[in-house]
Amino acid sequence: MKTMKRLTMTLAAMALCASAAAAQSVVRMGTEGAYPPYNFINDKGEVDGFERELGDTLCQSAGLTCTWVTNDWDSIIPNLVSGNYDTIIAGMSITRERSKVIGFTQNYLPPALSAYAAASGDVDLAAAVIAAQTGTIQASHVAETGAMLLEFATGDEAVAAVRNGEADAVLGDKDFLAPIVTESGGELVWVGQDIALGDGIGIGVRKSDDRLRTTLDAAIAAMKQDGSLNAMITRWFGPDAPTF
Amino acid sequence: MFAFCADPATLAGAPWLACYLTTGKHMLFYGAFLMVLGLLAITAPLALVFGFGGAMASRSSVAPLRWLGQAYIAMVRGVPDIVFFLFVPIALDQGLEWLRHQILCPDWTDPIRQGRDFVVCAAAKLPQSSAPAWVHSAYGFATAVFAFAVVFGAFAGNVLVGAMHAVPRAQLETAEAYGMTPRQVFARILVPQMWIYALPGLSNLWMILIKATPLLFLLGIPDIVYWARDLGGAKTSAFSYPHPDWRLWYFLALLVFYLGMTKVSETLLGRLTARLSYGQATAAGEALRKAAA
Repeated sequence: MKTMKRLTMTLAAMALCASAAAAQSVVRMGTEGAYPPYNFINDKGEVDGFERELGDTLCQSAGLTCTWVTNDWDSIIPNLVSGNYDTIIAGMSITRERSKVIGFTQNYLPPALSAYAAASGDVDLAAAVIAAQTGTIQASHVAETGAMLLEFATGDEAVAAVRNGEADAVLGDKDFLAPIVTESGGELVWVGQDIALGDGIGIGVRKSDDRLRTTLDAAIAAMKQDGSLNAMITRWFGPDAPTF
Repeated sequence: MFAFCADPATLAGAPWLACYLTTGKHMLFYGAFLMVLGLLAITAPLALVFGFGGAMASRSSVAPLRWLGQAYIAMVRGVPDIVFFLFVPIALDQGLEWLRHQILCPDWTDPIRQGRDFVVCAAAKLPQSSAPAWVHSAYGFATAVFAFAVVFGAFAGNVLVGAMHAVPRAQLETAEAYGMTPRQVFARILVPQMWIYALPGLSNLWMILIKATPLLFLLGIPDIVYWARDLGGAKTSAFSYPHPDWRLWYFLALLVFYLGMTKVSETLLGRLTARLSYGQATAAGEALRKAAA
């Protein structure tokens, strides 16, 4: 009981300290941390990847102080709306459904190509079992094609489902699948045509947070203008990746 | 960690593994074990307090208090855990921020609810967005503990109500015959004797609580299952230590941990059962009495 009391007091003291600290504006950047090379937790345990570098650059040029937060993909939008962080920068494609709930900046990646990867080249995609990460544009695309959809919490698990035969193919962002297919040593191959889904990838913000959206929008526009965004895309996704 | 880990690409065999297992990310994984143990150590007693309160309230002779206790137990037991874990922390967080907003920002004119957005002034944010990461983690941890305590408290409450009813009426009647007040009967006879009847149900809850920690990641707290999945997942050369799908090994490590926890818990609960059976009017108590005689 005594420890409980001490804990409650510590928590109360913490809450007081927190309110005493100057309420300076820190932008909390929310990401998934499980989608290399877009965003992932590196071996040091820090958020890393294309979006980390992009986010830090944007914050610097817009004069914002930013910190990074990881959140489960499933609850990433509810936690943004509830104010636990201020942006979603997690390879999230701009779609009409999502735009009803949150606001998006202009895209910082052009409409990404999605591709099917399978264990063998002769998969009939129309009648196959296709794995995809849940709540992604790829998952809704598979649902529309009429193929059997298997959803997984992370992209990595969707790929693993193909490896162990649970699914015939996986549909995902080509930039996410490319290093996996290349390094699989022939175990995974591309099948079918690449498809362009969505309106590109943008930063999600609360609809009420227009000021942050405008600030980030201007910073992205400036990076598009001076070509530094294209250079960054090429560095992370290779020379074949579509640029602006 | 070690000096020879500077360039992981040149390593192989045991040195590679030694470096791999001591990366910053693995340290977070090991830390998550402590976090889970800490969560259990704080949540279990707190849930018992919630349960005891709920049980007392639902047996109260004051009708509104009784309704409150019964509503708490029935509602939480009836709603799926996962809904509660999404609802309680967000509702708690928004409730606290709303209160602070009313106190700290009386001049604020914008609505707090804008469509789906929940917007309070920066000073009312809990924790402050400028607060260091550990404050955010501690706050998330505290809301998680509260959510777990609410959910498991309701189940514990029901177990305790059952245990209170199971204490032989003759015991209470004897106490009354000695002239004890209802309060004294409750504190001196009923509560000390009910634990042996509550223990099987409570030990079930404890075992379920041990395994319920992966729900933590819903609240943004990386627990051991999250790290095992993340670390075990296939790693391309974007990482310093690329490897194929090793989730099997990580989950095996978790299996050992959970089985170890089960073994320790069963041993301790067995001892506790023997201790509480002493002198009780139950079969186990009778067996103890005969063995001593």
